Amino acid sequence: MAERKVAWKKRKDNTLIGGDHTRIDGVEKASGHAKYAADINTAGTLFARLLTFKGGAAVVKSIDTADAEKTPGVRAVHVFNGAGKELRWDGTIVAAVAADTPEQAEDGVRAIKVAYEAKPHWVDEEDLPGATAGKRTKPLGDNKKGDVAAALKAAKHVHKGYYGIATISHMCLETHGSHCEWDGEDKLNVHLSTQNVSGTGGQFAGPLGIDASNVSITCNYIGGGFGSKFAADEWGVACAQLAKKAGKPVRLMLDRATELKIGGTRPSGFAEVTIAADAEGNITVWDSHHWGTSGIAGSTISLGQLPYCFDGIPNRNRKATGISTNTGPNRAWRAPPHPQLCAVTDTVIDDLAAKMGANSYDIFMKNLDKTPKPDVYAEEMKIGAKLIDWKAKWHAHGKGGGKSVKRGLGMALHRWGGRAGATTCTVKVHPDGAVETFLGSQDLGTGTRTVIAITLAETFGLGINDVKVNLGNNSYPKANPSGGSITVGGVSGPHRRAGLEALWKIYDLVAAKYKVEADSLSAKGGKILSAGKSVCTWKQACGLLGPMPLEVQGQGPKNDGLTSQGVAGIQMADVSVDIETGIVRINELVAVQDCGLIIDELTARSQVYGGLIMGIAYALSEERVMDNRTGRFINADLENYKLPRIGDIGKLKVHMYQPDSEYERGVVGLGEPPVISTGAAISNAVANATGVRVPVQPLTPQRVLEALKGGQA
Amino acid sequence: MRDRNDQNRSGPGFNRRDFLKGSAAAATATAMATQGSEEAAAANLKTNVFAAAAQNVTLNVNGKDHTVKVEPRVTLLHVLRNNLNLTGCKEVDERSADGADTVMIDGKTVLAGSRLAIECEGKKIRTVESLRRGEKVDEVVAGFVKHDAMQCGFCTPGFVVATRAFLDKNPKASLADIQKGLGGNICRCGTYQGITACALEISKGGK
Repeated sequence: MAERKVAWKKRKDNTLIGGDHTRIDGVEKASGHAKYAADINTAGTLFARLLTFKGGAAVVKSIDTADAEKTPGVRAVHVFNGAGKELRWDGTIVAAVAADTPEQAEDGVRAIKVAYEAKPHWVDEEDLPGATAGKRTKPLGDNKKGDVAAALKAAKHVHKGYYGIATISHMCLETHGSHCEWDGEDKLNVHLSTQNVSGTGGQFAGPLGIDASNVSITCNYIGGGFGSKFAADEWGVACAQLAKKAGKPVRLMLDRATELKIGGTRPSGFAEVTIAADAEGNITVWDSHHWGTSGIAGSTISLGQLPYCFDGIPNRNRKATGISTNTGPNRAWRAPPHPQLCAVTDTVIDDLAAKMGANSYDIFMKNLDKTPKPDVYAEEMKIGAKLIDWKAKWHAHGKGGGKSVKRGLGMALHRWGGRAGATTCTVKVHPDGAVETFLGSQDLGTGTRTVIAITLAETFGLGINDVKVNLGNNSYPKANPSGGSITVGGVSGPHRRAGLEALWKIYDLVAAKYKVEADSLSAKGGKILSAGKSVCTWKQACGLLGPMPLEVQGQGPKNDGLTSQGVAGIQMADVSVDIETGIVRINELVAVQDCGLIIDELTARSQVYGGLIMGIAYALSEERVMDNRTGRFINADLENYKLPRIGDIGKLKVHMYQPDSEYERGVVGLGEPPVISTGAAISNAVANATGVRVPVQPLTPQRVLEALKGGQA
Repeated sequence: MRDRNDQNRSGPGFNRRDFLKGSAAAATATAMATQGSEEAAAANLKTNVFAAAAQNVTLNVNGKDHTVKVEPRVTLLHVLRNNLNLTGCKEVDERSADGADTVMIDGKTVLAGSRLAIECEGKKIRTVESLRRGEKVDEVVAGFVKHDAMQCGFCTPGFVVATRAFLDKNPKASLADIQKGLGGNICRCGTYQGITACALEISKGGK
């Protein structure tokens, strides 16, 4: 027998992989039948509400919950921060009340008497001199490469500018939280809104003093995470404690304001940058100092990755300063911290092109030799340019035509890793032909379930709906937390491996029974074929297993070519800027994205559309606004924290770059990359339209008007 | 605790719940003040205000009558989700700025979080769950699946109801109509492309 080797099928032999397939849980979601943690209503469930601190910093002087305990309907009160505790940012949870109804829980919260002693705070993340004077800064390192001074002297074109990108929040539509129900004294069932089904049980068990084996975590659906939902969190543990105290199940979800304030933020970054190039436009110098905040810890975007993607620039100085602010702590935000790095790199390159009077496209193209994937970027740029009609639409910076509405083009590029996460699955093939799999993974909305079903169905020659996917519970084999674009690679490799191993066993049974060569067999259309001719049905073949199901474990990642890592990606924007109102409208966005072998192109494209739309949000409208005087996050609601709506996105074109060379790379993660360069591409298009750089994203009407007036945005 | 209740914001937007709470508070305050101590009244304001007693409310939801016992201050959203277990409509923002709590009342879209349950007696309430009966699904649900107009799916049911009601009223909606008509809902994952494609297909592009 020929050696059996794990691999994907030859591209042309696939019947499912690479096609457009709707999600297997689509109807459940669209018809409102999918149950999220926020929807769990087991009998007697109590509702929790939170008392939070509103201000920059304080110490709790006293707290009295006696009246809350006596409030009708209230069953339990939990104090997070009692007398003497220091509160260091707006939104810190002070206490929680669980009651028969949400309204009664609110009554209970109102009945808590708490006194604070205000402490000094600092919330300004952009004002470096102020933060320095207030001793809120710390150096985060600097390093040098080459000889910046000499190269600057030799350079033909030098540009110096100021750039930045504000803090944003994750704004998960399903806020962080859980439903906790005790089974006896020491067994806990948690429905948790989490990106980390397999890894959160112990985080409940430790503080609750029970065995980790006694904590069941379930998450069938999650209403957004974006990097902010990996932990049980103090409010998750508190939910379990309230449930214990009350002797009833409790559902505790953060309210919207608290979600925005403490549920996770993306750190800000502001930078002073000098860039220089030779006469041909080859970039020779990068010199930057950047600062920003991640909250009280006082970090900012990492130093090591500037200039973003263009690491090959020969002469480089870089320095970072962190500002400690009294603001809610950061969490990983989709592609950390690449959107910020891109926002303070590709804008600078675009301004250099403007200074040279060059076409931005040419300058990016010329400098691709300094990036990790010059050939892929070049091909993607050519495709993008065609899709947006760059050549015909291009004009010099500031020559955007029109009287009050100016039009412009911009582009930017990005990269990401996307290596498969460590995952184990158990695949079962039943004697009646039914196929199912179990793993402690989660479907964030990327289509994890669907991708798994496609992988097994392709392997066994079945339909997608013939595969039952069981995920979302920590009693299943351990799967990676879903963060960093590692899940589709993480789950598809082990399922292909387990699927092939199961299929080979079935082939051997079929070969023996029907007297055919095992090597000649293939599975297609619900049948086992030998050299193209039907031998038996899939069901008949599985019947040869005997009374017990066949069970195979799949593991990954392995170095067998099923998965790999590293993607490029480019985006281009066509915008209109109203110079009287400062409003920026998207005419068109183009994304060209590679990601190795694509399993389901429909859901893959959805990831890229989603990235573009989230990119429009942080490029144009969304940001955390802190009030210096009160220390408060003053737009922590969906009216004032501005997200684009359906009419704000313009025309979107997505091109999945997938020559055979990509297919041969195996599966690479896709979730993060498409959100990275949107902001810089849009900012560059605005600069091209108006001839003025709006330095800080989001490019709100106010910032646009201030930049046009020559003021600082 | 929601920020809306704070004294130091510019003040809550007009909302029935606030109005009711405010009136009750004012009445209690007056009664206390006449007893002689305004300060005591102010101090007790926060703790002595209780809602009117729960009462039976009969709601016709998806063609069936349900009688629930709830306080008059309880929203339709909370009754649907917490009493009737119809959790397709979601609580995303206490101000209903997002549309995830969209339901239909007598054929019109309504934000269930901004309606009191007692206001809805005698009306025909339809939730997203009514758009699927076993294997049979409404064309809007099918269209959302076909165009992959969802990711995490949390905003999706609200968008589905909004789209169904909008297309009932505007069967020949154009792209511009759709962009305006569905502007009341928010998606964070970025699924607007698929939603637009779904609505456009059903309205045949307005032609």
